[in-house]
Amino acid sequence: MRILRLALRRLAASLPTLLLILAGMFLLLQLAPGDTVDALMAQMGGGDAALAEDLRRFYGLDVGIAAQLWNYLTRLATLDLGFSAIYGKPVATVILERLPPTILLMVSALSFAFFFGLLLGVLAARRVNRWPDTLISTLGLLFYATPSFWFGLMAIVLFSVYLQWLPAGGFYDITMGYTGLAAVLDIARHLVLPTLTLGLIFLAIYLRIMRASMLEVLSLDFVRTARAKGLTETRVVARHVLRNAMLPMVTLIGLQAGTMLGGSVVVESVFALPGLGRLAYESVVQRDLNTLLGIVFVSALLVIAINFVVDILYARLDPRISAES
Amino acid sequence: MRALKAYLRSPAALIGSVILLAVLVMGLGAAWFYPNDPLGLAGRPLQWPGQNPRFPLGTDPSGRDIAAQIVHGARISLLIGFVATSIAVVIGIAIGSLSGFYGGVVDTVLMRVTEAFQTLPNFLLLLVLVAVFGSTIHTVTIAIGIVSWPPVARLTRAEFMTLRTRDFVQASRVQGLGDAHLILREVLPNALPPVIVYASVVMAVAILLESALAFLQLSDPNVPSWGNLIGLGRNVLRSEWYVSAIPGLAILLTILGVSLVGQGLNDALNPRLASGR
Amino acid sequence: MTRLAVEGLTIRLPKGADRPHAIEDVTLSVAAGEILCVVGESGSGKSVTASAAMGLLAPGLAIAQGSMTLSGEDLRAKSPEAWRAIRGRRIAMVFQEPMTALNPLMTVGRQIGEMWRVHMGLDAREAERRALAALRGVNLPDPEGALRAFPHELSGGQRQRVMIAMALALEPEVLICDEPTTALDVTTQAQVLALIKELQRRHGTAVMFITHDFGVVAEIADRVAVMRLGRVVEEGTAREVLTAPQHEYTRALLRAVPALAPPVPRALSPDPVLEIRGLTKTYVSRGLFRRRKPVRALDAVSVTLRRGATLAVVGESGSGKSTLARCVVGLLGSEGGEIRIDGAPLPTRRRDAARLVQMVFQDPYASLNPRRRAGAQVAQGPIAAGTPRAQALRDARALFAMVGLDPEAVNRYPHEFSGGQRQRIGIARALAMKPTVLVADEPVSALDVSVQAQVLALLRELQDRLGLSILFITHDLRVAAQLSDEVAVMRNGVVEEAGPIGEVFAAPRSDYTRSLIAAIPGRAMFAG
Repeated sequence: MRILRLALRRLAASLPTLLLILAGMFLLLQLAPGDTVDALMAQMGGGDAALAEDLRRFYGLDVGIAAQLWNYLTRLATLDLGFSAIYGKPVATVILERLPPTILLMVSALSFAFFFGLLLGVLAARRVNRWPDTLISTLGLLFYATPSFWFGLMAIVLFSVYLQWLPAGGFYDITMGYTGLAAVLDIARHLVLPTLTLGLIFLAIYLRIMRASMLEVLSLDFVRTARAKGLTETRVVARHVLRNAMLPMVTLIGLQAGTMLGGSVVVESVFALPGLGRLAYESVVQRDLNTLLGIVFVSALLVIAINFVVDILYARLDPRISAES
Repeated sequence: MRALKAYLRSPAALIGSVILLAVLVMGLGAAWFYPNDPLGLAGRPLQWPGQNPRFPLGTDPSGRDIAAQIVHGARISLLIGFVATSIAVVIGIAIGSLSGFYGGVVDTVLMRVTEAFQTLPNFLLLLVLVAVFGSTIHTVTIAIGIVSWPPVARLTRAEFMTLRTRDFVQASRVQGLGDAHLILREVLPNALPPVIVYASVVMAVAILLESALAFLQLSDPNVPSWGNLIGLGRNVLRSEWYVSAIPGLAILLTILGVSLVGQGLNDALNPRLASGR
Repeated sequence: MTRLAVEGLTIRLPKGADRPHAIEDVTLSVAAGEILCVVGESGSGKSVTASAAMGLLAPGLAIAQGSMTLSGEDLRAKSPEAWRAIRGRRIAMVFQEPMTALNPLMTVGRQIGEMWRVHMGLDAREAERRALAALRGVNLPDPEGALRAFPHELSGGQRQRVMIAMALALEPEVLICDEPTTALDVTTQAQVLALIKELQRRHGTAVMFITHDFGVVAEIADRVAVMRLGRVVEEGTAREVLTAPQHEYTRALLRAVPALAPPVPRALSPDPVLEIRGLTKTYVSRGLFRRRKPVRALDAVSVTLRRGATLAVVGESGSGKSTLARCVVGLLGSEGGEIRIDGAPLPTRRRDAARLVQMVFQDPYASLNPRRRAGAQVAQGPIAAGTPRAQALRDARALFAMVGLDPEAVNRYPHEFSGGQRQRIGIARALAMKPTVLVADEPVSALDVSVQAQVLALLRELQDRLGLSILFITHDLRVAAQLSDEVAVMRNGVVEEAGPIGEVFAAPRSDYTRSLIAAIPGRAMFAG
């Protein structure tokens, strides 16, 4: 109850943030040369000024910017994201179709990075300044320095072209027409390389933070107390250090949710995954600003949702959190 | 002095400095090493590295010299990294210090804006900015600076919030010194070391963002960028994978150099963490 | 029967430290049912000795030679695993900082219960039952509630009781207490000391009690060992060491302990220089979506400081004394009441207020900017007030000489000074503004006792020379007695009692003042 109240309060606090983003984005896109109608007419192969005017009236583009912003926000409140001229469907429909691969990719990349980052960070901290630490820290540095799209391409060359173990791209194999468990496994096979590619840099970040955080917590007074109680080193780490050291990692998930979503734009286009990131790329190339604005809105919602979950998680881990506010 | 000695003692800092220096020499001497336009036709397309002594790193699908593009690309990467980082650090310090020093309403407003930037995926914002303002090298650099400042602001704010209540700041306040003195002379010099260390992270991210943008062919096509070359190599990935592999290694080494220098700076400037205990 | 014996113990410091050994040739022993106090100032090696006995030396430290035995068993011969099994079960320890010594994410009950679970293999239910009994044993007000509480929900004194309950859970042969009451308020300290003594007597535990405070020694020690720079300089029964110290260092330390006897009353000026009338300050936690719970830090506080005199404001943590100091120098605003200096209200402009009041801060390490030269920090105030730069820097040198520092030291950075020297710089900085009123907020509580005496002497001397009017904030009645003419005792934002210090100490009118005086450790020994 306490935790839920706390998280809801944080959620309410993110409403002004969301408004700020939407208004900012909307105004920013006004600066773009050409609007939806221009894009549409270009696709139709041109047309006269009267047609353009009719279309502008139809899309509500014939009123002032303030009025357009107000209309946009009120329509958003009913989850109406407008119409995509390029795809010929409501933006909400287009985005909903593209959402599942992105969410799946993010969840798997996050789990991969979090789990191995935790594990390697703890291992490095337990053997600080000895060879396992040096090895893990060096790997972390290399992973951090590797551009994800390049890693993805090289993984395709190695695992898809030469070894032929994994598919080079796509979300699932259309030609096989799998159903049930086979379809799930097929999707999983297609997600292995994208997950590694997207997760690699976060793995590097998490392992570095976890190592530093472990070393920090190991130097705190209560760890000395735990040792003075005669606990084994394993129990000291498992019962007293680990949970405290995880707090900064949990915070980081929330802070980096946006970065990860941004990273999926590149990864999805390397592996031709039909996700939200690839949609964003396509709408930039095709100047489909309505869809782009919709993606921004949905991404912000996604990040806020992730932060909501992170807040709940954090409050569950740390009993001090509500006492301070 | 002590910090410089500590810096030079760290092997990470030494390796990083050597790598970064090599990239810097490449970038500065690009016009001397390869005076011709690196994007001009040089020879038969898709020659493997070592195949032709004139092209030690081979040629790309358009018959351009890869080695020349790598050397000239170093200049672009460093320039974008450096300028974008400066923009991000200046904005971040300005917002973070005002927010952290004054607190209250100023803090609430500035942090809402920072949160808005952080809630928006930075690469997505970068795409929008490029879509709106076009993709010349200038707009791309400024756009990268604009999407990179929020973490700097948060870090600066956190430092200011702990430092502003310190007794030495309070003592200066009691002595009758103005806010400008307190911010610039008392708090900022003490808040700066972690921000300087973090600047290396910002620079690494800036270089990665530019190369990702160029890889998607959304950056300036008229400059020899490493990311551009990787994107071009994608079409011949199955057979001539070296076209993508070589510039990728260049990016990797540059980021590695920047990170190692950052780590060395951290060890030198924050000695408490350096000992690892 | 000797429980813990340390013989000829020498511990090496890592290369590059200021001396080769942390402790050298230290020999100590504690018998069952006995309390040995190990006394020393910072850097004496007393805490290192304790860590060595627990087998928990900080990394980088190593035992060079010597032996340690527990009830006759050689501890150094034990394997790490065997030593671990002894820790907590046969030797237990209570640490200084109750605020950080407990795991913030685990309930108190589970942290205490861990002792039985790890050493005796008991199940969770039984461990909890015993933890509850242990909490009852240390007289916590609500043991059932404490069992399920997280550390942040308890006060400092309560946490220290929890630590003691945990340390004594398995009835160890030896209990090591490392400054367990230093971070506590004086009344809480008295209660915790009484508790340790009572439990020690009941269980016949051998206690090694580390402290810097001779008052505490007088309160609980059976025997005393005095350490200095890693060596034991004197050892004997408490009576011998306290009444007939042999070593010069011990004598110097004892002399430095402030006596509770107030100075001979001086004729005070009838002229008030600082008047505080009905001052009220409430803290409200602010925030867009946060709940507000106001805390009244000052509740209609009225005190008067006479010209050329010292008014001590005494109270425990949370009494509002520091808030009062910060209001007087204008660092905090107030909601009601007024502050008048020389009959005029305290100006709101920072620069105008700076010429009237200045402050000396508590922590000498935090009160100087580590990145600026000491002299520049003294001169910056006058420069901002319009003194020419060269003149201000010349004045800074003169001030350095006045507070007993080398005038050439103006060009050094703060880290080149010791704690006591830094506090002198802080005093010079405050005097540079030639203030009408000097506010000293716990100026000596972070210093070793011998340095404390020097800084107090300096303040007294400066007052005589410059006719300073001082508002002296302290938690320590003995320090207040050193240089105050009048005293105001505060509690929960209210002035409980005020008057000439001799009268208040001799015949306190308020119960609270009486309990504060009663709680001073070693009161009987150091009556003056």
